[in-house]
Amino acid sequence: MFDALTDRLGLAFRRISAKGKLTPADVEAGLREVRLALLEADVHFRVARDFIERVRARAVGEEVLGSLSPGQQVVTIVHEELVRLLGGETRRLTYEPRPPTVVMLVGLQGSGKTTTAMKVALLARRDGHQPLAVAADLHRPAAIEQLEQLGRSQDVPVVRPAERPPAGSDLAAATVAVCRAGIAEAAARGADVVVVDTAGRLQLDQAMLQELDQVRSAIPVHHALLVVDAMTGQEAITVAAAFKERAAVTAVVLTKLDGDARGGAALSMRAATGLPILYCGTGERPQDLEPFHPDRMARRILGMGDVLTLAERAQEQVDRTTQQAVEERMLAGRLTLDDFVAQLRQLRRMGSMESVLGLLPGGRQLVRGGAAELPDDRQLRRMEAIVLSMTPEERRRPEIVDASRRRRIATGSGSTPADVSRLLRGFAQLQGLMRGLGGAGGRRGLAQRFLQGGLPGLPPGALRG
Amino acid sequence: MGVAAPDPAATGGWRRRLSAQLERATGAFGGQVRSRLLVWQRLDDDFYETLLEILISADTGQPLAEAIVDDLRQRAVRAGANRPEQGLALLRDALLGQMRDRARGLDLDGLPAVVLAVGVNGAGKTTTVAKLAHQLRASGRTPLIAAADTYRAAAIEQLQVWAERAQVPVVAHRPGADPGAVVFDSLAAAQARGCSPVLVDTAGRLHTRQPLMAELAKIVRVIGRQLPGEPREVLIVLDATTGTNAVAQARSFQEWVGITGAVVTKLDGTARAGYVLRVEGELRVPVKLVGVGEGIDDLGPFDPETYLTALLRGPVADPAG
Ligand SMILES: Nc1nc2c(ncn2[C@@H]2O[C@H](COP(=O)(O)OP(=O)(O)OP(=O)(O)O)[C@@H](O)[C@H]2O)c(=O)[nH]1
Ligand SMILES: Nc1nc2c(ncn2[C@@H]2O[C@H](COP(=O)(O)OP(=O)(O)O)[C@@H](O)[C@H]2O)c(=O)[nH]1
Ligand SMILES: [Mg+2]
Ligand SMILES: [Mg+2]
Repeated sequence: MFDALTDRLGLAFRRISAKGKLTPADVEAGLREVRLALLEADVHFRVARDFIERVRARAVGEEVLGSLSPGQQVVTIVHEELVRLLGGETRRLTYEPRPPTVVMLVGLQGSGKTTTAMKVALLARRDGHQPLAVAADLHRPAAIEQLEQLGRSQDVPVVRPAERPPAGSDLAAATVAVCRAGIAEAAARGADVVVVDTAGRLQLDQAMLQELDQVRSAIPVHHALLVVDAMTGQEAITVAAAFKERAAVTAVVLTKLDGDARGGAALSMRAATGLPILYCGTGERPQDLEPFHPDRMARRILGMGDVLTLAERAQEQVDRTTQQAVEERMLAGRLTLDDFVAQLRQLRRMGSMESVLGLLPGGRQLVRGGAAELPDDRQLRRMEAIVLSMTPEERRRPEIVDASRRRRIATGSGSTPADVSRLLRGFAQLQGLMRGLGGAGGRRGLAQRFLQGGLPGLPPGALRG
Repeated sequence: MGVAAPDPAATGGWRRRLSAQLERATGAFGGQVRSRLLVWQRLDDDFYETLLEILISADTGQPLAEAIVDDLRQRAVRAGANRPEQGLALLRDALLGQMRDRARGLDLDGLPAVVLAVGVNGAGKTTTVAKLAHQLRASGRTPLIAAADTYRAAAIEQLQVWAERAQVPVVAHRPGADPGAVVFDSLAAAQARGCSPVLVDTAGRLHTRQPLMAELAKIVRVIGRQLPGEPREVLIVLDATTGTNAVAQARSFQEWVGITGAVVTKLDGTARAGYVLRVEGELRVPVKLVGVGEGIDDLGPFDPETYLTALLRGPVADPAG
């Protein structure tokens, strides 16, 4: 398994033979690499330094375990310490015995508060509660509409200000009013979790911080969650400390972890404030919220790839029975167009292919190489529309689709004849591969790989509508 | 041309504003913004260690910070400098020398010219497009905005509110529509009405998401087919609070769509965007504009001098230490 830090440490330790004990020199050589890895992940330099001290104290003099190289051993110590610092075990939002539980999202501009507000509402519903959201960002243009539209799509009620506050009026007063209205509405509807979306603000903007004070003195706030972008750099430490102090933040949500940022901000904030990290955002959609796993975050920060999350996601999302049916049809060489699109959708549900692969050590190279191109949601929707516009006969025997049928299908699905051709071509290529493989053994291998997301032999982009 | 290089008088006003902001942020009211490097008496290891920390804590990344420190050590020896003020001056000159001759103006000569704003989620694209439209209109141009973020909830409404404030027309389709089609219609509308430039707001996308990057490349192709030579400006919008990932963002957008410049937003906060040195130095992408607030007037040209003053003064608050 490729593993960036372990490899680097392996290099640093290459000339050291097993001496039975880690010598101070061994440890120093390794720690330099660890420090670089932390800084590369944007961990605050002072936090990195303190962390290294801690590891040094533990590592020097430790017995070299028979099965591990000195490099692996330092990595193990580093990983353990990191997990401890990041908070040990995974935590969850707690709900008040006397409803409603009020959750408020705060943070800098553009960090993901509004999106996360809807994610938290959905999470509460999954936990068996009845959520309601409050649109209390009266500053950013159309922030209210953004939350409202998200609420409509997810069937979560959203309370908004009764009227648009006139220009130049006291926005803080209007903000407090809508928060009060939210609590009242929750009581009226029997909603027991109230999620309050607030405007983005700089941690040094006193007037804006006072607005939060006013909200807090008007309604009870049980959880004030600081929403932080995983791409945040060294300032994460300043921001988190200030929000904790001035806005009584109780925990952190880390967003945009679906990218390639290593997320050192998580460690900086933990070390500087002790605030627990509750959840991570892993995509733009309201369902893209995952529990925070300190052990996985530790691996990510160290550049070690996150195999666990991947395995879990695959398990949660892939619907076993459909899977088997498709596999059987594939084995019989009778894959249908419906299966084809359903399968792509399945893969898509596991997260974007890039994000799935990105979790694997070395997966990023694959993504860059273009081997992992999958249709995105919009393209998938179009592909589904195309298949839905085909007659059952056409779906069974796509080869009968000629130019005039292609035009009809295109019109029916709001796409172009070229889109239709591309979809059918991708499907035909897959079928060709199946046939070419002949025996069931070969097919089984391919079927499995298809089901797991890899499609050898197809040119990049062949699956995209 | 245009906004990023207005007449010198206006630049002076803008620089005064930036300096005032900097003083406010650092609490150095009325006084000099003093670099933390000046607490030392000599150009010794303490000085260089502090410099290293000042740079790393501004998100330059460790390798560049070390390179800058090593370079300064050599320069100081060559110049026979031994006082911190001399060291700071040598450093400023060296950095300024690299930043000085970059083309930071916007090229808006096309008819219509097309300016595309791209970047990751939440960086400040929409706000930047609105501020830019406002400035261009104030300077006598006739901009038109294309609402090509059809994906994020209420992105179109957000832009419409801004466009009304800027008094600039918007071409928008329905949510979920093909962004390429929005752009196509916007260019046609601009040609018919004689508007220029067309400012295109795009959906935020993480630079690692291949299908979304491919979609962006397609938008650029649509523009080029309709108006050869366009878009002449593809601006990547970067959040000042972002760490070294900003370099990865710029690199990826560069590879996919070829960017002509960067806009650094949220510089009214405490982050010092040290990654700018790398985006300019390693990727050869000049920073053309900076955002310093949420108001429609809070956009202006990038000023290397003010930037370096802020960068080298060190972190504002330092809870860890
Ligand atoms: N303080 C400050 N806030 C800014 C600045 N520029 C933008 N913002 C805020 O940052 C947030 C995100 O800005 P948007 O313009 O919506 O960003 P975007 O890149 O279009 O976001 P998406 O389209 O959602 O990806 C908003 O709350 C803006 O008001 C700036 O220079 N300073
Ligand atoms: N890729 C990704 N995008 C996100 C995530 N969370 C939020 N976003 C996007 O980031 C941008 C800003 O989010 P928003 O909720 O409006 O931020 P706010 O200004 O803090 O309320 C939007 O484009 C969101 O779609 C996430 O976890 N991953
Ligand atoms: Mg918001
Ligand atoms: Mg936007």
